[in-house]
Amino acid sequence: MTDQPENPLREALADAIASNEVILFMKGSPEQPMCGFSARTCAALTATETEFAAVDVLADPRIRQELSSISNWPTIPQLFVRGELVGGADIVGQMYESGELAAVLGAPATAGSEPLPETTEPGSAPPLQIENRLG
Amino acid sequence: MPTADEVKARIESGIPGAEADVTSDDNVHFSARVVAAEFAGLNLVEQHRLVYAIFEDGELGGSIHALALTTETQ
Repeated sequence: MTDQPENPLREALADAIASNEVILFMKGSPEQPMCGFSARTCAALTATETEFAAVDVLADPRIRQELSSISNWPTIPQLFVRGELVGGADIVGQMYESGELAAVLGAPATAGSEPLPETTEPGSAPPLQIENRLG
Repeated sequence: MPTADEVKARIESGIPGAEADVTSDDNVHFSARVVAAEFAGLNLVEQHRLVYAIFEDGELGGSIHALALTTETQ
């Protein structure tokens, strides 16, 4: 027995999911998304005026691998609200359109009534860095 | 590279009774609308997981670079 966790990266991810009310794992940053699906998901969150933590999975390939083991979800982005996986880009987009996303996030219900902007507004929250503690 | 028809066939054989409309312009990025009675009672995350489970580890994000997915019960 040791105090050293067996898988520090996985524990860091689990901790980030548990300690941030709204957290998005994405490719790139909200300011500079590196993939259209991540960009759309950011846009939906920004349109609901929700503050969220963001983690760039491209920082280290192991983040994506560990995250998918935790979430049982193969693709990026992944949105978690209060520790629960809400979904990827398709589900978040669908929930935004229906107004359900605003309800889940506790944002004003009118937020879903406007079409999504093409690009995200910069910075609702600073990006969260998951440190690579394995290297 | 899989074709849209191949992806459709795999989804329909992976979820018995499902009907899938799959389109792709480049055989790398796919868009699928899947209707299956089996989705009834499942939330969207669970519905999408059923479809994702048909594909092998690394296939989504690999040879199937993207699979935009809509699921419906009827």
